[in-house]
Amino acid sequence: MGNINHKESFISKYIFTHDHKMISKQFLITAVVMGILGVTMSVLFRLQLGWPGESFAILETFLGKWAPGGVLDRNAYLALVTIHGTIMVFFVLTAGLSGTFSNLLIPLQIGARDMASGFLNMLSYWFFAISCVVMVFSLFVEGGAASAGWTIYPPLSALPQAMPGSGMGMTLWLVSMTLFVVSSLLGSLNYIVTIINLRTKGMSMTRLPLTIWAFLVTAILGVLSFPVLVSAVVLLLMDRMMGTAFYLSDIFIGGEALDATGGSPILYQHLFWFLGHPEVYIVLLPALGISSEVIATNSRKPIFGYKAMVGSIIAIGFLSFIVWAHHMFVTGMNPFLGSVFVFTTLLIAIPSAVKAFNYITTLWKGNIRLTPAMLFSIALVSTFVTGGLTGIILADSALDVTVHDTYFVVGHFHIVMGLSAIFGMFSGVYHWFSKMFGRMMNTKLGFVHFWFTIVCGYGVFFPMHFVGLAGAPRRYYDSSSFEFIDSVMDLQPIISTFAIIGSLAQLVFLFNFFYSIFRGQIATQNPWQANTLEWTTPVEHIHGNWPGALPEVHRWAYDYSNPEHEEDFVIQTTPLKEGETAH
Amino acid sequence: MKLLILLVIVVGIIAVAQLAKIYQLSARLRGHREEEISEADTRLQGSLWIVFMFVLFGTTIWQFVRYGDYLPPSASLHGEAVDTLMNYNLALVIFVFFVINALIFVFSYKYRYDKNRKAHFYPHDNRLELIWTVIPSIVLAVIIIYGLKTWSEMTGPASDDAIRVELYSKQFDWTARYSGDNDEFGATNFNLITPSNPLGIITQEGIDQAILKIEGKISKLNDALTSEKGHLLAEKKELESTLHPSDDHGHSDHGDSHHEISEDYINNLKSRLKAIDDILESGTTTIMTDAAYEAKEDKIYRLKRHRQRILELKNYQLGEGLNAWEVGEDDRIVKSEFHLPIGREIEFIFRSRDVLHSAFMPHFRAQMNTVPGLPTRFKITTTITTDSMRTILDNPDFNYILLCNKICGSAHFNMSMNIVVETQEEYDAWLSKQKVYIAEKN
Repeated sequence: MGNINHKESFISKYIFTHDHKMISKQFLITAVVMGILGVTMSVLFRLQLGWPGESFAILETFLGKWAPGGVLDRNAYLALVTIHGTIMVFFVLTAGLSGTFSNLLIPLQIGARDMASGFLNMLSYWFFAISCVVMVFSLFVEGGAASAGWTIYPPLSALPQAMPGSGMGMTLWLVSMTLFVVSSLLGSLNYIVTIINLRTKGMSMTRLPLTIWAFLVTAILGVLSFPVLVSAVVLLLMDRMMGTAFYLSDIFIGGEALDATGGSPILYQHLFWFLGHPEVYIVLLPALGISSEVIATNSRKPIFGYKAMVGSIIAIGFLSFIVWAHHMFVTGMNPFLGSVFVFTTLLIAIPSAVKAFNYITTLWKGNIRLTPAMLFSIALVSTFVTGGLTGIILADSALDVTVHDTYFVVGHFHIVMGLSAIFGMFSGVYHWFSKMFGRMMNTKLGFVHFWFTIVCGYGVFFPMHFVGLAGAPRRYYDSSSFEFIDSVMDLQPIISTFAIIGSLAQLVFLFNFFYSIFRGQIATQNPWQANTLEWTTPVEHIHGNWPGALPEVHRWAYDYSNPEHEEDFVIQTTPLKEGETAH
Repeated sequence: MKLLILLVIVVGIIAVAQLAKIYQLSARLRGHREEEISEADTRLQGSLWIVFMFVLFGTTIWQFVRYGDYLPPSASLHGEAVDTLMNYNLALVIFVFFVINALIFVFSYKYRYDKNRKAHFYPHDNRLELIWTVIPSIVLAVIIIYGLKTWSEMTGPASDDAIRVELYSKQFDWTARYSGDNDEFGATNFNLITPSNPLGIITQEGIDQAILKIEGKISKLNDALTSEKGHLLAEKKELESTLHPSDDHGHSDHGDSHHEISEDYINNLKSRLKAIDDILESGTTTIMTDAAYEAKEDKIYRLKRHRQRILELKNYQLGEGLNAWEVGEDDRIVKSEFHLPIGREIEFIFRSRDVLHSAFMPHFRAQMNTVPGLPTRFKITTTITTDSMRTILDNPDFNYILLCNKICGSAHFNMSMNIVVETQEEYDAWLSKQKVYIAEKN
C-alpha cells in the first residue's frame, strides 16, 4: 500500500473503488437518493392522513393508478407506509449513517491507510446498492410493494391471499433485506477488524475519539443481531414458498383451511425484535458519536466525562440485546416475562441520562461556535432527551397497553430515530463535508435549513403524542369515522402541513449539498480547528491518506482550551510538553 | 392546479439558486470563509435558540391545555390505576423535558462564541457523574416498582365468577361469543369453519356439515376436471393407440405384451372410449389451460387433506359425561355490537381466524393481540355504563368501541365493533335474546 497517485480509470476510481473515502461518498449519495424517496412517500401519505378522502390532483399526477381521482388508494397507502419505514430505518439511517461515517472516519481518525479489507468494503457497498435497487423495483410489481408495515409480521406477510402487498412485492422485500444484511455484515466486520488492528502508534483504545467508539459498538451490535434478522427472513420465505409452518398455525383464509399447524407468529416477532431493538441503537449510536465530536470541537471544550461516555455507549449496546420483547407486551406473552423486559428496558434510561447530562455539561461554560453542524448536534441532544422521555412511558407495560400501536409510538420513535439520528447525519455531513469533497458547504443556507428542520420536526412529531394518547391507532388509512378521537383530529392537518414545509426545506439542503460539491468554497486543511487525525490529512484525497509516514498520537482527542496550551486546540499528534500529563 | 404546483417548485429552485449565488459572491468579496461564523450570525443563532425555546414550551403548554383531556375517564377498574400511573409518569416526563431542554437552549445562547474568551477546561468530575447516575437510578427504581405493581394486578388470573366473552377476529370484522347456560364455551377447530359456522364450533352437525361442504366442492372440481376437452382428447388418443397399436408403433416391440391383455381389460378400454365420445358429443366439456388444470388438481388434494383432518377430529371425543360436542350448541354468537354488565369482572378470550389483529378498547384501557393458533386473554372490570358515560361526556351518541389495532390488510381501519355496558338486568335480557348457535341439521 503506497501513497503514489497512480493513474486510475473512471471505473476503478468512482465505481468499483477500494478507497474508503470514495466508498463513504457512495454510501452517502445513495442514502441521500433513498432519503428523497422515503421522505417523498411520507408526504404523500401525510396528505391522506391530514385531509382524508380529499382529492389532490398532484397525487394522481405522481402516482397514477395508486391514487385514482387524486385520492390515495388504501392499499397504496399501506405500501407507502411500509416502504417509507423500511427505507428510512435500513437504507438511510443504517447504511447511510453508519456506512458513510464509519467508512470515512474510521481509517482517518485512527490513523490507518485504509480499511482492513478494501475489497470487502467495496462488496459491502455493492450489496447495499443492489438491495436498494431490488427494494425500489418492488414498488412496481403486480400487487404493489410489501404492505404489512415495516415489521412485516406474519401471517399477514406470509400469505399472498391476505393482502395484495403480500405477493411478489413481499418476496422482493425479503430478498432485498437479505442482501442488505450481507452488506451490513461485510461492512461491520471490516469496521471491527480495522479499529482493533490498524490503530496508529500511540492510538490506544482510551485515546480513540468517541465517534470511533460509537462505530465500534454499532458494528458489534450489527454483527450480533443482523444474522438473526436473516434467519427470521429466510424462515418467512420458506413459509411463503416451500409450505413450511414456522410462523403459521390454525389459519382459515380465503375460504380455505390451511395445512399449517404448530407454528407461531410470535416466534417471528421474537426473532425480528432481537434485531429490531439493537437496530434502534445501530441507528442512534453513530449519531451520538458524531454529536460528541461536533459538540466538543465547537464548544472548544473536552467532552465531559470521556470514560463515562464510553461506558454508557457500551452499556447501551449491551442492554439493547435484552430488551427486545418490550415491543411485544400485548402479544399474549406471559406477563411475568413482560415484567423482566420492563426492568431491563428502563435500565437503558440510566446510561442515556448520563450521556445527556454529559452533553449539557460540555456545553456549560464552553465557547460555542454555532456552526450548522453544531446547531444540528445541539438539536440532537434536545430530541434525544425528548424522545427518550416518552420511551419511559412506553417501556412501562401497564401504560404501553393504552398507547401501544398508536400515534404515541409513532411520535416517540420518530423523535428518537427520525429526528435525533437524522440530525446526527446532517451534523456529520456539514462537519465533514470538507473532508469528503474538499469544499465547504454554504453556512447561511445551513442555518436556514436547520431552523426549518427543527421547527417542522417538532411540529410534526410532538403533536402525535396527543393524538396517540387519545387512542388513535397508527397505520389507519382514515380515522375520521371514529367519533371518540374527533377532539384530536384537528391536529392531523397541522402535522401534515409541518411535514410538507419540513420536506420542502430539505430542498435547501439538497441544493447546498450538490451545489457545494462542485462550487463550494475550497476548504482549508483544518477548518474547525479540531484535534483529531483526519484534519492532518491533505485536503485533496490521496490513496493511503497521509503523504508521508503515518502520524503518531501522543494525547487524547479532546485537549480543547487546555490551560497549558496557548491555542484552544491541540492536535493529537502534538507531543506532550515537559511536565504535562497525558489525560 | 398541477401547473401551479410545478410553478411553485420551479420558482423555489430558482430562488434557492439565486440565494446561493449571492451568498457565494458576497463571501468572496469580503474574503469571508464559510467556517468563520460572524459575530452577528453567532448572536442571531444564539438568540434563535431562546426564541425556539419559548415557542416549543409555549406550544407544549398550549397542547396540554387544548388536548390534555385526551380520553374520557376510565370505564374499567384497572384503567383507573393505569391512568393514575400515567399521570405521575407524564408529570415527571414533562418536568424533565422542560428542565433539560431549557438547559440545552439557554447554554447554547449564553455560552455562544466570543473570541476574547476561552472555554472552561473541565474534562470530568467523578462526583458530579456519580450524582447523575444515582439520581436517575433511584427515580427509575420507583417507576419500575410502581409500574410493575400495576401490571401484575391487571394481568393476574381472573376470578372464577368472571363473565367470559370470546372475541373472535378475522379480516375485517369481529364476532363475540358468549357461553350458553352451561357456562362453558364449545370447543372450536378452524377446520370446521363454514359460512354458517363462522367460529368453527365443534358439534356433531357441524362436523357432518363441514364434510358435506367439502365433498360438494371436491365433486364439483372433479366434474370440471373429467370434462376437460384437451385431457379427454389426449386420453382418447392414448386409448386408441393401445387398442390399435399397429397404427403408429412397430408391432413386433409390443407383440408379447399385447397377448397378455385380457378380454375384460379390452372391454373396459372400449367402454371408457365410448364414455369419452359421449362427453365430447354432449357439448358439456370445459376447456382450461394446463396451469388451471393443475391448480384444480392441487385444490382437490388440499380439500381431501382438509376432509381428512375433520375425519380425525370426528374420531376424537372427550369423556366426562357431557359430550364436548354438545357444549357448543347453546353458545351465543353476536355481531356488530356486544354487551357487558356493569360492575362485573369480564375475562376476554381472543382468537383469530387468519392474521394477527389486536383488540383495542381505549375506554377500558385494554389491548391484546389476537393470534391465530394461540388464544390470548385480558380481564377488565366494568365501572361506568354507556348511559352514565353519555351523561358525563354530555354526548348522547357516545359509544364504547372495540378497534383493530394491528395492521391486518386493506380494510384494517374499518374493523370495529361497539360495546354497550349496562345493568345486570338489561344485560341478562339482552343475552337471552341473542342467537343461539345451532348447526344446520342435515
